[in-house]
Amino acid sequence: MDIINYILLAILLVCAISVSFSKSLLNSIIIYMAFSLIMSIIWIILESPDLAITEAAVGAGVTTILFFVTLKRIRAVKGDEENE
Amino acid sequence: MSKLRPSHKDKRAISFQEWMDGSVDPYLGNLEMKPQELKQETREQFEERMQDYARMNAQLYDTEKNTGVKLFRVVFQITSVIWVLLLIGILLLTVSHLPPNGNPDNPANNEVSQRYIERGLQETGAVNIVTGMILDYRAFDTFGESNVLFVATITVLILLRKNKKMHNELDMKEDPDEEKYEPESDNILKTVAKVLVPVIFVFGLYVILNGHLGPGGGFSGGAIMGAGLILYSITFGFEKTERFFTEKTYKWLSFIALTVYCVSKAYSFYTGANGLHSIIPLGTPGAILSSGLIFVLNICVGMVVTCTMYAFYAMFRKGEF
Repeated sequence: MDIINYILLAILLVCAISVSFSKSLLNSIIIYMAFSLIMSIIWIILESPDLAITEAAVGAGVTTILFFVTLKRIRAVKGDEENE
Repeated sequence: MSKLRPSHKDKRAISFQEWMDGSVDPYLGNLEMKPQELKQETREQFEERMQDYARMNAQLYDTEKNTGVKLFRVVFQITSVIWVLLLIGILLLTVSHLPPNGNPDNPANNEVSQRYIERGLQETGAVNIVTGMILDYRAFDTFGESNVLFVATITVLILLRKNKKMHNELDMKEDPDEEKYEPESDNILKTVAKVLVPVIFVFGLYVILNGHLGPGGGFSGGAIMGAGLILYSITFGFEKTERFFTEKTYKWLSFIALTVYCVSKAYSFYTGANGLHSIIPLGTPGAILSSGLIFVLNICVGMVVTCTMYAFYAMFRKGEF
């Protein structure tokens, strides 16, 4: 069980670092979503399923969609490809 | 102003009603207020302004002539790295001094949590201790949280709501390509959503209604149902969603849920959340209709959260419900 924990924590670190270093905003959001999903698995391992459900629904689901919609509103999704 | 009005409008109740409905602007005629005019400028003016701006920026950040900028950049980068490393060090130092996880001598394991664990089932009737805590012992806090969600929606409404008069012309100019990116023509999404949406709704309902028996509760279930609603409106468009969920539905659902919550828990505001003998039977622990008020409160919180999640999405997406 410890090994799985360490693997998940390592992925969490990689996700957190790559969110801030990724050039495209769209990629950042998707990596952030992966971060939330892994976090919810860790919550289950830490024996708090209540938090896991909330993290999966809010962190990975609703927040990501809101970020996407915001990017679309400020026209940042299409602009990325043109600028680079 | 009042002289100009017909006599039946002098009554305060009527003018208050009008003010509530928004049909009367209270500032109109009383205050000198003009709507801001849209700044009109021709193509040449705009290009000239942009050229000026670019020239100014180029001179300002020209590192060969302006050595101060270069120095500032270097100092800024070094200082920020030092600060971040310091912060990381402080946080890691604090974490290393935390007591080990699960140690019985931890300061968090005091008489409060002991009482929750030992007598929670008797006093609240909820098998899930977490739900018993947040909806019975700490119901006041949860009420505040529901209100925070409601206030957040209202703030988003103020910030993002479209002014219909102003935006009718602007909407016409929006991307002609917009239609292409709309997912309504996507067959894969449609087929998947047809299968998934009912399952998501049923699971959300299960989590809400089962909050006092298993993991979950109002907030998580509401978030799941909100996500389901968002998926539905992404796939099938807002027209389909508006058949059963409009601004009016949102208003009334939130209002009813918050009022029921407030009324049913009002006594604990006076007793310092100590709890009185409840007339509502707690029932057998483990049955679906048990644990007294927690069942009702879970549904209320779930309704508020569902509405909030969908309202956020609708507001960000099109500026109204």
